[in-house]
Amino acid sequence: MPKDNSIQSVLIIGSGPIIIGQACEFDYSGSQAARSLREEGIEVILINSNPATIMTDPMMADKVYLLPLTVESIEQILDENTIDAVLPTMGGQTALNLCKEADELGVWKKYNVRLIGVDVAAIDTAEDRDKFRQLMAKIGVKVAPSHVANSFLEGKEFAQQIGFPLVIRPSFTLGGTGGSFVHNKEELDSALERGLKASPIHEVLVEKAVLGWKEYELELLRDQNDNVVIICTVENVDPMGVHTGDSITVAPAMTLSDTAFQNMRNQAILMMRSLGNFAGGCNVQFALNPENEDIISVEINPRVSRSSALASKATGYPIAKVAAKLAIGYALDELKNQITQTTSAYFEPALDYVIVKMPRWNFDKFKGANDTLGLQMKSVGEVMAIGRSFTEAIQKACQSLENEAVGLGYYGKSLMKSDEIVEYIKIPKWDRIFRIKDALMQGVTVKTIAQATGIDRWFLYQIQIICTIEKHLAEYTLANLPIDLLKEAKKHGFSDEQIARITHGNYTEDDVYEKRKALGITRVYKMVDTCSAEFEAKTPYFYSTFEN
Amino acid sequence: MSHTIQPAILLLEDGNIFYGQAFGKIGTTTGEICFNTGMTGYQEVFTDPSYTGQIIIMNNVHIGNYGIKESDVESETIKIRGLIGRNLEEQYSRILAKGSLQEYLIENNIVAIEGIDTRALVAHIRTKGAMNCIISSEIVEVEKLQQELAKCPNMDGLDLASEVSTKEEYLLGDESAKLKVAVLDFGVKKNILNCLVERGIYVKVHPANTPLSRLKEFNPDGYFISNGPGDPAALPYAIETIKGILDENKPLFGICLGHQLLALANDIPTFKMHHGHRGLNHPVKNIISGKSEITTQNHGFGVDPEAVRNHPNVEVTHVNLNDESIEGIRLKNKPAFSVQYHPEATPGPHDSRYLFDNFVALMHKN
Repeated sequence: MPKDNSIQSVLIIGSGPIIIGQACEFDYSGSQAARSLREEGIEVILINSNPATIMTDPMMADKVYLLPLTVESIEQILDENTIDAVLPTMGGQTALNLCKEADELGVWKKYNVRLIGVDVAAIDTAEDRDKFRQLMAKIGVKVAPSHVANSFLEGKEFAQQIGFPLVIRPSFTLGGTGGSFVHNKEELDSALERGLKASPIHEVLVEKAVLGWKEYELELLRDQNDNVVIICTVENVDPMGVHTGDSITVAPAMTLSDTAFQNMRNQAILMMRSLGNFAGGCNVQFALNPENEDIISVEINPRVSRSSALASKATGYPIAKVAAKLAIGYALDELKNQITQTTSAYFEPALDYVIVKMPRWNFDKFKGANDTLGLQMKSVGEVMAIGRSFTEAIQKACQSLENEAVGLGYYGKSLMKSDEIVEYIKIPKWDRIFRIKDALMQGVTVKTIAQATGIDRWFLYQIQIICTIEKHLAEYTLANLPIDLLKEAKKHGFSDEQIARITHGNYTEDDVYEKRKALGITRVYKMVDTCSAEFEAKTPYFYSTFEN
Repeated sequence: MSHTIQPAILLLEDGNIFYGQAFGKIGTTTGEICFNTGMTGYQEVFTDPSYTGQIIIMNNVHIGNYGIKESDVESETIKIRGLIGRNLEEQYSRILAKGSLQEYLIENNIVAIEGIDTRALVAHIRTKGAMNCIISSEIVEVEKLQQELAKCPNMDGLDLASEVSTKEEYLLGDESAKLKVAVLDFGVKKNILNCLVERGIYVKVHPANTPLSRLKEFNPDGYFISNGPGDPAALPYAIETIKGILDENKPLFGICLGHQLLALANDIPTFKMHHGHRGLNHPVKNIISGKSEITTQNHGFGVDPEAVRNHPNVEVTHVNLNDESIEGIRLKNKPAFSVQYHPEATPGPHDSRYLFDNFVALMHKN
């Protein structure tokens, strides 16, 4: 289906202030969408209350309104402009809520404005835990056993039926606010109270906790013809129990067989197709039981989400840009891949590198805050690193955190003994990955750490490789460091500063740099091209790495 | 990362040399180099008989992470001739797995090399096209490698299908099933047979060179022409058999090599592609239904698009959205159709499984 020419002007709703759980990701998607629509000759009018964004720069849209995100503002804009359609999927839950509010008040109808790229009923189903659960049962997709409770007493009764551990999830909140895990009876009362209070409709879901299962996220795109593609599969290093926004995540999925992945892909597509009728982006989360590879669906977000921005950068596929084109009627198979410009946009990106996303917390600035990670997102930002191996990518991510970490290790080095560390890492905290590395350095086995943390052993084996190299490096001075070892260290993401600190003697980062330059161990640059080098790329972006 | 680091060399036919570390069996191997962009399903790829004679580069940078599981195979043994990777993993984590990639390659006598700049290598093959190569973890002299490489035959004109085809006929499924299909095996993938049996079909698999008279003894409701390795034009015996099958006017379904053979049986020529299609993300449009599907592909030969389009009795049903190559055809006057890609898709997306249903419907209709 080609472009719908009856759409001449579009209103894009931004996401408002930056808060934990809803940050600049939506600025990225909103900007992409504005550019994408203007490319098609459509007039773009934009509303956002946050002036500290790229999307509100005067050149991004034809008209920018810096107004509070309220129905009054929307009416003002509709009075002053002729607008054919509103695209509310680029500004997160904030924009969707505003769009829904305006819808309920009949504003869109009054001004004859079409909602594009969204299905309000689909949003309701996705956000309402009970509706979601019923829909999943109808289409045969498994979910964790749960009950919706509207009162304290109801909640208690269901908790007893389901058994511990449990999750209490309030309905209609953002970033997991008010939700918590309940491991025993003692914790139940306060958790229920908190949850009910946090929900605007005084409703919580009492759900069986699948702690320790592996967590995955799929980013999908669908067009009006019901063509669906999976743009990216993201694997959480931290198992279920840590909010995705607070998890270290990896793309592509590292420990997923094709059988398990295709099962996920099929269910994700089924879920998206069953959830209303809209053209655009969607995000689906699954939990996988590593014992038998059974999966359950955790949630579905029928919109461009926080993770879409990451998936776009991770694959090179501009999800928001394409989603905006799908919203105005294009089909995926009639658009071109934006990076190669010769192949089709209807495909699934192939990666020949590893992406590691690492959250950045700032507990120093929130004195007294509980630094245990759980259902509610606590990180204030994130870094994304690219490498030709997981080890390289995770070390680069650590180096990019803008704290004292110069790689994995050397950050708040722990003085704990190994048995203390093993106890410590049982509870997910901001520094868990660094403590895992300490434990491996001290000779704690992968098996012990896997049992303590629920982290897939493959990731721990990889961190063990980093430890082995670090131990080897420590045996030498820079002067007698074997060239092969230096090469190996660079390939596994050790920074020059890290190598200077690990090796004996008083060397600096510059000394290591000069040494490896003299030996010809220098960076090469690789492309993020969506297609694993299968096709020539016209507008790729680059990352540096080390190869033989 | 290999812990017993032993150097290995990869030499291409055009003289390019890549140095890496040995993985799998210590030894020497030759074959045609090709690359696969899939991010899951390495074990299914390695055991796919269509890869016979080929040395495969896995573009995905970590291979072996989830080990080896007995049921994740497309045939009983590894069929690739060698493996090239950036990071081939000895350590794996899958609880359901039975062993590591390293053990599996050694058991199957497969020589591999890791630590290679696979991206640079893939870009080179993309530009220069398919060519032969040699991997060795025992020969260090380049001249000796060149001599060994020269012995490796060119894929063009090579009948590899008869090598991997079953030697004996065998039966699968329920004897009392309503439908019976005679499979002509050129290296059939296990899951293709599963897809037929799952749909309540009684299947008899025949060796590649089985004559029509023998196929007919099974009294089949339809014929299936399988995938397989090598050059389809090097199988004149199979082309003759398919011509005979078409005269029977019974439903015929072909996949990959089977698709190329159906084209050849209609006097449509095939050709060797520059570097082929291998991966799990190839976009195909079904121009009959208007729907698109993400497909698994593995082919180094294709059917001539001009000849297909000019043929009075052949209709194009599927096209590749990247390069407009022919992905599916059907005959206008016979109940016969075929696709270039792999609807059984192990590994890969299940978008195209409907083709097996179409085959069943065609047999019922007949």
